[in-house]
Amino acid sequence: MLTEQDKQIIRELQNGLPLVSRPYKLMAEKLNMTEEAFIARVKSFVENGQIRRFGAAVRHQDLGFVANAMVVWDVPMDKVSEVGQRMAGFEEVTHCYQRPRYPGWPYNLFTVVHGQDREKCIQAAKRIALTTGVEKYRLLFSTAELKKSSMRYFE
Amino acid sequence: MKLENIDRKLLNLIQTDFPLVPEPYRELGETLGIREEEVIARIKLLLDHGVIRRLGGIFDSRKLGYSGALCTMQVAGDRIDEVAAVVNAFPGVTHNYIRDHHFNMWFTVLAQSKENLDEILNQIRERTGIEEIITLPAENIFKIRVNFDLD
Repeated sequence: MLTEQDKQIIRELQNGLPLVSRPYKLMAEKLNMTEEAFIARVKSFVENGQIRRFGAAVRHQDLGFVANAMVVWDVPMDKVSEVGQRMAGFEEVTHCYQRPRYPGWPYNLFTVVHGQDREKCIQAAKRIALTTGVEKYRLLFSTAELKKSSMRYFE
Repeated sequence: MKLENIDRKLLNLIQTDFPLVPEPYRELGETLGIREEEVIARIKLLLDHGVIRRLGGIFDSRKLGYSGALCTMQVAGDRIDEVAAVVNAFPGVTHNYIRDHHFNMWFTVLAQSKENLDEILNQIRERTGIEEIITLPAENIFKIRVNFDLD
């Protein structure tokens, strides 16, 4: 379980690392901690997986990965793990999740496919379909972005 | 912003393994063969131009005890702004897109518990009058990759 101090550390990290020579010392002092203890705690968050990745989050649009599509797949239940793992192996696939089906919503595997443009996403989906043998799928391109923000935990 | 080679190297390096040492910018400088001051100045520029969205931790919401789901609902074309205002007002709603399907509004929600998550969705139902919200929590995660190789 996270302690109150852990939550303070997480809140502090969410403000972004200070651009000073000793950023951890600066953050630690605000929390009445030593630099050493602060770094050790952040390391343990990384080791335990509470922090998935420690570093810079970049905006991929600026790096030429302009287009993305949510591609949803209808995969037989007994194949979903195997297919999910294979889809995860594609370079263009940045996210791959299994989600529940609903009446009127048969798609149980969700991937996000990135590409330089829309056509590249369509091509990538075709290649994935051919490789995995999943024939029933749809590409859902976004036509408007209504919100995109970073989550702030424990606030 | 036009990225120089050194910026690309720096971005590749700090997307995955930002040093957890007392003087991280100095260590990055040593790896790249530039001075600490230059590392800081370049990161500042990348932040100012929005190439770097944030420098810090990317958290795993589940491991922090949060519940989350991708949700979708059908919203009439002339109600999108009004419904989006209701949905987006919740801080736990981090992403919201219109997509080309009859389920046209797609948003993600994070909440401190399953009960809180249900409560948010019920409030959205109540305030928009739209009963059907399809809730799609991740049952299995095969991949989350959020870094991009720039080489």
